[in-house]
Amino acid sequence: MRVKLSAMRVRNDLVRRIEELSGQDLLACYQCGKCSAGCPAAFAMDLLPSQVIRLVQLGLVEEVLNAKTPWFCAACQTCYARCPKGVDLSRIMEAIREIALQERGDYLVIEEIPAEELAEFPQLAFIGGFRKYTA
Amino acid sequence: MRKIGIFVCHCGLNIAGTIDVQRVVEEIKKYPGVAFAADYKYMCSDPGQALIRQAIADYGLDGIVVAACSPAMHEVTFRKAARAAGVNPYLTEIANIREQISWVHQTQPEEATRKAIETIATIVEKVRYDEALVPFSLPVVKRALVIGGGIAGMTTALHIADAGYPVVLVEREAQLGGKMRQLSGLYLNFDAAPDLLETKIAAVMQHPNIQVLTNAEVVELGGYVGNFTVKISSRFQVPGYKLQVPGSEIAQSGINPQPETLQPETLQPETPQPETFTFDIGAIVVATGFDLLPKSELGEYGGGRPPDVIDGLQFERMLAEGEIRRPSDGAVPKEVVWVQCAGSRDPELHMPYCSKICCMYVAKQAMAYKQRVPDGQAYVFYIDIRSQGKGYEEFVQRAMTEYDVLYLRGKVARVFEEDGRVVVYGVDTLSGKAVEVQADLVVLATAVVPSAGARDLAQRLRVSTDEYGFFSEAHPKLRPVESLTAGIFLAGAAQFPKDIPETVAQASGAAAKVLGLFAQREMVQEPTIAFVDEELCAGCGLCVAACPYEARVMHPWKPIAVVQTALCQGCGACVVACPNKASSLRNLSTEQLLTMMEPVL
Ligand SMILES: Cc1cc2nc3c(=O)[nH]c(=O)nc-3n(C[C@H](O)[C@H](O)[C@H](O)COP(=O)(O)OP(=O)(O)OC[C@H]3O[C@@H](n4cnc5c(N)ncnc54)[C@H](O)[C@@H]3O)c2cc1C
Ligand code: SF4
Ligand code: SF4
Ligand code: SF4
Repeated sequence: MRVKLSAMRVRNDLVRRIEELSGQDLLACYQCGKCSAGCPAAFAMDLLPSQVIRLVQLGLVEEVLNAKTPWFCAACQTCYARCPKGVDLSRIMEAIREIALQERGDYLVIEEIPAEELAEFPQLAFIGGFRKYTA
Repeated sequence: MRKIGIFVCHCGLNIAGTIDVQRVVEEIKKYPGVAFAADYKYMCSDPGQALIRQAIADYGLDGIVVAACSPAMHEVTFRKAARAAGVNPYLTEIANIREQISWVHQTQPEEATRKAIETIATIVEKVRYDEALVPFSLPVVKRALVIGGGIAGMTTALHIADAGYPVVLVEREAQLGGKMRQLSGLYLNFDAAPDLLETKIAAVMQHPNIQVLTNAEVVELGGYVGNFTVKISSRFQVPGYKLQVPGSEIAQSGINPQPETLQPETLQPETPQPETFTFDIGAIVVATGFDLLPKSELGEYGGGRPPDVIDGLQFERMLAEGEIRRPSDGAVPKEVVWVQCAGSRDPELHMPYCSKICCMYVAKQAMAYKQRVPDGQAYVFYIDIRSQGKGYEEFVQRAMTEYDVLYLRGKVARVFEEDGRVVVYGVDTLSGKAVEVQADLVVLATAVVPSAGARDLAQRLRVSTDEYGFFSEAHPKLRPVESLTAGIFLAGAAQFPKDIPETVAQASGAAAKVLGLFAQREMVQEPTIAFVDEELCAGCGLCVAACPYEARVMHPWKPIAVVQTALCQGCGACVVACPNKASSLRNLSTEQLLTMMEPVL
């Protein structure tokens, strides 16, 4: 399928919201791939971190919202520490997660998760919470 | 009888590993006329050369044979050493026993040794009959010709003129300036090309040492370095013309007309006749610039038919005009696509090389577009972005971050018109998506090609071009501003695509080369060339036709052929052609050749 690019699509509302929420200049990313090369969670992802940002650059936010990658992102900020253009991809991931949650509602019903599984969950919220203080 | 000394070099093991050098010395000592023979590890080293000088002094040698590597390596070295000890350099010869013997007969030491002895003997015979020669000195005409009045030609001309030498600057268009006349703002800081150009043109026009011939072309070149004769045909002269601001000729007639379509005759009706001028010239700089590959060559991109598919220079003229309006209906384009490498880096269909300037000017144009149409969307399709220069990479990144230009990695496959828009089929290999843009305007960064007529000019000047018609440099690394023809230098995009900073740098280099030539009082030329025995010459002229360097002409009034010393390369074609044995080469006479044959027969 040929994707139709246009000013409308490239700068659509969701793109703008991702930019707003993350505070990142999406077009600063020049697709070097260093984030993907170093991401500790990349092995489990369906899109590489750099592909996530590329799709957003093209305005293809839907694809990103449907992907697993943002949820596998551990918000470890390794990508940000290494990005030659200073793009904080972890914030972009966070913004995507926020939008996904807002758009579709919470699809994780916490109450339904058994306690023993809950104990095994990654420390996403924990690390995300940290960032409030370090940012 | 000449006293000849033989010096056999081991070249480490290069020679001595195969050839029995001691035996060579012993054998050759017995050869008639050989007064001294010795071998040494490295003859070209200081002690080796000292050995030669000492032997000359001790034995009163007046002919030297060095048996060593190719004369291309060290002939000059050994001739200098011999001259220091008082032997005429042309009485020192090399017997090549390395490239032609030890290296090629490594498995046959016995035969190699015998061949070495015989080879040295032939050179002994040559030296026996060599004449002591003195190099020629030729006067240098200290006037330069610069062909092409773009930024390259003007820069070179100004440098040479500033150094005090007269310059003839020939431009085939009605005006100086070249492609820069069509440009708007230049990267990196968008300085206006017309402003920079106007200053340069004024400096050239007002310079007392520069004679500008516009609407003129070089029609004939004779002579040689330091002494060229050049015929220039000028269709008409435009005294004190005014620089036209780029775009001004577009104003009335849309985007399409190229400046070449100006009717020169209507500009200067009073002098319509072509005039021919002849100049004596010492050095020539070729600065004929470039053209863009015509859009019609690019069938997959519309073949030049869709009006809203334009090339980089057309977009420059729009920018210079101030307003971006697409040619078809004058609307302000809101979605603009740049197609990089259009016809470049395409060994199958078009030009295999990278045109070098387009990545940078596309970034500039996309930024300039966004400055004028802030709500527009700019897309750039590229395969690689080449931004090699001070501040260039940062500039391209600004296009992305500050101007939101969307770069898409992939070569465009098709551009066609549909419903009043131009559809671009491309790909973004980074996301793995085939993409399509419905554009209002498409700008093709078409390949840079040599300027029209470059090959013809090259032929007239007897300089070589590469397979595309760009003028060839003498050495890609070490002699980038010289052609292979002595006295003819290269500047700017005529040699290969270059942007303005690079063009100016090369133009300055070419000027330095010309000034280096002019700084010599006279030029020195090898005397080992052909000569004519006037008594024997019947004036048949066969040699004139045989000479590949046009060094042979008939005497203006006597019925004999004469050699133009500076042109003769000593190839000997005339010697073979002459039925009367009137033609000979200095220090390679027919008699010498025959005696040289004897030791090997
Ligand atoms: C769209 C575009 C945008 C560009 N933007 C920039 C930019 O922003 N910054 C930058 O640095 N560079 C830019 N460039 C590159 C710039 O145009 C060249 O670097 C520069 O023009 C090269 O100068 P030149 O003198 O070698 O050749 P030219 O400018 O081509 O000049 C050659 C001259 O020689 C004349 N000529 C040709 N043949 C003959 C002949 N046989 N006899 C007599 N005269 C002859 C021609 O008429 C012409 O006047 C751009 C190029 C393009 C195509
Ligand atoms: S490291 Fe930075 S610039 Fe490179 S691809 Fe990742 S986000 Fe983009
Ligand atoms: S923050 Fe997310 S995307 Fe970046 S390196 Fe860590 S896990 Fe990977
Ligand atoms: S300079 Fe850039 S656009 Fe031009 S041919 Fe080279 S890579 Fe392609």
